[in-house]
Amino acid sequence: MSEARKRLTSWDSIILVLTVLVLIIASLSVDNFGTSRNFTFMVLDLLPIILIALPMTMIIVTGEIDLSVASTLGLTSSMMGWLWNQGLSIETIIPLCVVIGAICGVVNGFLITGLGLPSLAVTIGTLALYRGLAFVVLGDGAVADFPWNYTGWVTGTIGGGAVPNVLILIVVLALLFGIVQHATPFGRSLYAIGANAQAAHFSGIRVARTKFWLYVVSGAVAGLVGVLWTLRYSSARADNGSGLELAVVAAVLLGGVSIFGGKGSLPGVLAGVVLLTALQNALRLEDVSGQALNIVTGSLLVLSVLLPNITTAVRGNYQRRRLRQAASR
Amino acid sequence: MTATSLEAPAAKRFEPKNLLRTRELGIVLALALLIAYTAIDNPRFLSGQSIRDNLLNTAILAVMATGQAIVVITRNIDLSVGSVLGISAFTVATMMSTNPGLPMIVALLAGLAVGAVAGLVNGVLVRFGKVPALVVTLGTLYIYRGITYSWAGGSQVNADELPRHFLTFANDNLLGIPWLVLIALVVVGAGSLMMRNYRVGRELYAMGSSPAAAELAGIKVARNLLGAFVLSGALAGLAGVLYAARFGTVDAAAGTGMELNVVAAVVVGGVAVFGGSGSVWGAALGALLLTVIGSALAVLDINQFWQQAIVGALIILAICADRLVAVRIARSLRKRDAHV
Repeated sequence: MSEARKRLTSWDSIILVLTVLVLIIASLSVDNFGTSRNFTFMVLDLLPIILIALPMTMIIVTGEIDLSVASTLGLTSSMMGWLWNQGLSIETIIPLCVVIGAICGVVNGFLITGLGLPSLAVTIGTLALYRGLAFVVLGDGAVADFPWNYTGWVTGTIGGGAVPNVLILIVVLALLFGIVQHATPFGRSLYAIGANAQAAHFSGIRVARTKFWLYVVSGAVAGLVGVLWTLRYSSARADNGSGLELAVVAAVLLGGVSIFGGKGSLPGVLAGVVLLTALQNALRLEDVSGQALNIVTGSLLVLSVLLPNITTAVRGNYQRRRLRQAASR
Repeated sequence: MTATSLEAPAAKRFEPKNLLRTRELGIVLALALLIAYTAIDNPRFLSGQSIRDNLLNTAILAVMATGQAIVVITRNIDLSVGSVLGISAFTVATMMSTNPGLPMIVALLAGLAVGAVAGLVNGVLVRFGKVPALVVTLGTLYIYRGITYSWAGGSQVNADELPRHFLTFANDNLLGIPWLVLIALVVVGAGSLMMRNYRVGRELYAMGSSPAAAELAGIKVARNLLGAFVLSGALAGLAGVLYAARFGTVDAAAGTGMELNVVAAVVVGGVAVFGGSGSVWGAALGALLLTVIGSALAVLDINQFWQQAIVGALIILAICADRLVAVRIARSLRKRDAHV
């Protein structure tokens, strides 16, 4: 298969095309999908997934996983409410919450790289632990009286137009993570770790330290999203963001990142997030209930790991046939 | 490993059974300490009713933990069990409320069947899609739950719609032992027997220790793996029937988040997340420990919100303990090699 053809049939390109198709079809056939109001809602919906997906992509590229992100978000949200009730100013609380998220990441990173425990098991454990602590902090109540200028900024748009304020945040962070992952030696080292951690270690890459910092960043971003989530709904609750880890992992895998590590690109992941959110948004406009949407997310998750395997198998068949033809000629 | 075990003959030194025995001993000790401490604080913790409640609650978790232990021993995981419990509980409750004349055994078989089908889907996707069980079952966790929600919507089956014999099943007993506990004992006992004494059980351990070697050794990996997932699903389905009979009220959210407790029970019970070691019996003990912790918190007047945090801390502790054992084995292996 020629290079150009390989590129066109790569998973990233397929997902990009698919995303554009879904956007076009939905704008044409679903009422209110293409309106600027809905655009703002959609950006707000994809905000938490896209931000958490940025460090998650790096973690999965190194062959690890972080299932505790949604619980970190919940713990941060709880702490935000608790600190607000203690009378701290919002300007102090916000950086503090990001630090709390980072500390959650430090715990994950230490257990995984310091003690050498499997990340899957560790983050299933901290998923329960952080969510439990969130409930310990705030119980099942809610704190809602956050300052209007902050909650208004998160839900507002630039100059009251169609572009939401948070889009700036998304673009800046996505560019930052994209540059680090695809244009720096550090980013390249992530792929080396994912492809073969031992080989990466022997070629001088500090595997454990790299992974440790990825978890810290992942925790900090989850903390930031906890703040944004709380401000968006103007409600600090222990169960905020429950189940979000699935949407993030689904989006990352859908974007063509291999769960086995070493493969995947950020543009693909961004397309995956948009595809997932647009599909859910369109279905919700068509009155499909929120819980039933789980079928879509779950199916996309399963399909996104299944389809690459099927395409490789098909491609392998094609290549074998060509070789046979060449041999018989 | 202690010095005495190093002096033992080489063949016996690394007998995995000894290791497991010590690990299960740890849970038994923790359990004894917890019960003693709670009972001193409040003697009613040891009353017949309290013990009965603990056993009834353990029964449902232990049935699920048996299936999960078998899957985890093969180096896989089944995160969909909570949703399978939900779909089976709702199916059976609906079936019984519309046909009150059906005997209990039909309900149990229906639950098993629903669960087995769900497990078969998991197994087929994992084996023939060649994708990690974690991702597949995380996906089906949401798919099965979504199916239950789109079918049930906001509706629920209430206790007064269910036939009496279905509800009393949870409280009826045979020779003083509640049916629920009896079923759990049979499931755990049969699971233990299969894993310890039968060829297929040993094959499942072999698959978990080294998948490639198992394949080369001629073990029917695909068939065994499918069997493990079907079993895990079927037992989650059975647990769904027990859940419906015990609680009487079933909505689409039944069993949400239960997979965490099941995985915790299995891991705390000494089943290594990397497969190849641990026992069904240990997983059941893990389920008992988790349940007793839950009720002890209530008796000790500790905020019930601590429960989930403790589950999480226990999972992490158990993984740490597991790692410690593995490191010690590796070290003593190195030492032995150095002496040769």
